[in-house]
Amino acid sequence: MSKLLLKGGRVIDPVQGIDKTADVIIDGGLIESVDSDLDINGANVLDVSGCIVAPGFIDMHVHLREPGQEYKETIQTGTAAAAAGGFTGVACMPNTSPVNDHRAVTELIIERADEAGSVPVYPIGCVSVGQEGEALAEIGQLVEGGCVAVSDDGVAVATAELMRRALEYTRMFDIPVIEHCEDLSLTQNQKAPMNEGSVSTALGFKGHPAAAEDIIVARDLVLAELTGGSLHCAHISSAGALRMIRDAKGRGVNVTCEVTPHHFILTDEEVRTFDTNTKMNPPLRSKADVDAVIEALVDGTIDAIVTDHAPHHADEKALEFDLAPFGIVGLETAVPLACDRLLHRGHVTLQRLVELFSTNPARILRLGAGTLSEGTVANVTVLDLDRMATVDVSAFSSKSYNTPFDGWELKGWPVFTIVAGKVVWKATE
Amino acid sequence: MPETKDVETNMPGEAADLILPTHQQAASLKSKDLLSIEHLDASEINLILDTAHHFKEISERPIKKVPTLRGKSIINLFFEPSTRTRMSFEIAAKRLSADIQSISASTSSLVKGETFIDTARNIEAMYPDLLVVRHAFPGAAHMLAEICSAGVINAGDGAHEHPTQALLDALTIRDHKGNIENLRVVIFGDIAHSRVARSNIHCLLKLGANVVVAAPPTFMPCNIEELGVEAFDRLEPALEGADVIVALRIQLERGGKLSFPSLREYFNLFGLGRDRLALAKNDAIVMHPGPINRGVEISSEVADGPQSVILDQVSNGLAVRMAVLYLLAGIGPAKNVKTAA
Repeated sequence: MSKLLLKGGRVIDPVQGIDKTADVIIDGGLIESVDSDLDINGANVLDVSGCIVAPGFIDMHVHLREPGQEYKETIQTGTAAAAAGGFTGVACMPNTSPVNDHRAVTELIIERADEAGSVPVYPIGCVSVGQEGEALAEIGQLVEGGCVAVSDDGVAVATAELMRRALEYTRMFDIPVIEHCEDLSLTQNQKAPMNEGSVSTALGFKGHPAAAEDIIVARDLVLAELTGGSLHCAHISSAGALRMIRDAKGRGVNVTCEVTPHHFILTDEEVRTFDTNTKMNPPLRSKADVDAVIEALVDGTIDAIVTDHAPHHADEKALEFDLAPFGIVGLETAVPLACDRLLHRGHVTLQRLVELFSTNPARILRLGAGTLSEGTVANVTVLDLDRMATVDVSAFSSKSYNTPFDGWELKGWPVFTIVAGKVVWKATE
Repeated sequence: MPETKDVETNMPGEAADLILPTHQQAASLKSKDLLSIEHLDASEINLILDTAHHFKEISERPIKKVPTLRGKSIINLFFEPSTRTRMSFEIAAKRLSADIQSISASTSSLVKGETFIDTARNIEAMYPDLLVVRHAFPGAAHMLAEICSAGVINAGDGAHEHPTQALLDALTIRDHKGNIENLRVVIFGDIAHSRVARSNIHCLLKLGANVVVAAPPTFMPCNIEELGVEAFDRLEPALEGADVIVALRIQLERGGKLSFPSLREYFNLFGLGRDRLALAKNDAIVMHPGPINRGVEISSEVADGPQSVILDQVSNGLAVRMAVLYLLAGIGPAKNVKTAA
């Protein structure tokens, strides 16, 4: 394999404290060096002047739907969407069919990703057998098969005792337990289709109160403190949950958390259209919650931005709001949304943006990635912060196009996605 | 509008001449649909009420039929059980000579797994002029209106809105009180599950009433004050000085087992009996959208008493539905045809 030279970009690597205009030379799929004015004879040169060169972005929360729901998405189309969104790796949730509660499913996912994937896939195994919340899955086997975390995502780990055991048991493997924070008794077993607040009152929908999220966050923070286990709270959307996580971090509790772009951009006012692409779980919350999420992105309470990429077939979303499934796709919109709404509006620095998309997800999942350090696998995301483009679902690589962001004009897009030294996606002119 | 020929011709214009000079009345409805009260303005509401006022007379004739909507096709799509509203729309349509067909969920293909949208598209393909829809979920009528070129009338979508109920309530209040402005209207009971409450709140506020709601906190949706009402968690203070009292049915079928301990306790705390009624003004009227649960939200003495106008509401429902059908299907400019998404 010949060398690849990324020439003239602004290199950002929070791990090494780098923020400078420099060249990056990649050899044999690994980062060889980052330095000024490198000129390597015979290398393929990619002119990235005017662009940002960052360690590869990792989306640590996606649903690839394979095995079992290939009509919504496959590992092939999902990872193609990831590459097209600037991601060099994705961690996929286990609520497939069958669920990933068995090493054979983990291995199938990894095999399929090796065969057909544009980017590496890091499987997340189930906490409990069948995600039924009763007995621990064979987490040791799942880890040996390649799982990087466990979660019962879709629902919360059913009981405090099971969560306690999961947090204890996973300490052996040094992997996080990723929690979907929702007390089902407060959301009418997910029959409440939207946030509880003024809008649900006006529209007559059953409400999913932020308290449903906060209660599980509170429970799990107590258990993380009790056990010393590694807790990662998925898709946090409420001000109360963030307040508790901030406090717990301050006391040294082993907790991290993530947020999706829709939870730092949209409020439950969007539901007034009855558009089922505004239905997700956790639901779009109030303006005060969105403000709290942005504050937590700024102050470091939130560690990662994820998509919760949840492809659904158009027919499934074309139902009554109460009956439509939860979730939206996000892989091909997350990075431009974050650039436009967080970076360009001055909420976060470029350094912080890279931490949220790369450094921290890699650290939380212990991937040994998220940096451009010499000798690491050359996964690189190149951004053009000045690029203006319009979200166009008809151009998506994903099989599904359930998003409320279609038609949004955004500034700041990925232009190259590089995995192990190979350009797996580049923007069209 | 006593003459049949007038009903057939330019009725809205003539109706305007007969109405109180102060209130604003629109020349026509702005939308092809009646989906909510929230999106109507006061002049549109007045247009419907004034039109309804003149239609009442038709039902008092020996021959209760005018040819106004002859040749118009109306379909009642009832995806949730209903007797009164469905029948009211049927009779209203027939008195205007429209053809009306009612389809209920149990006789539709929904039970065979067809989606709501597919059902709607199939019905649309038979060229109806108006669809009247009742559905268990909020937004269903909006969905239908987006995909159908026919006008859509929301006959109740979950706990969201029930516009014709609010209109018939407003007409009843106007009949008895002359004017709605500055009246104290109390709506009490299961506010959380009530589409009637939401439509009534919007309608009465737009017409200038002071609206008060009262419910146990477990039946009160959050931030209800943001709709512009005053909220109480006991009935007594709400009733003081009331001109109009609207009792709501406890909707046991919509769940809420944890919302109150027993029907007996509910009646003890929130039932409208004679003693509580005495807290309101002497000439206060008592309303209920029906069906009533005697001895739960209202005592029989009050429901059947001199202040009750519950049966007037039912009669006015007919007139209001005739007016709405007339205004949406009768005449007017070409429909704003939307293509399927």
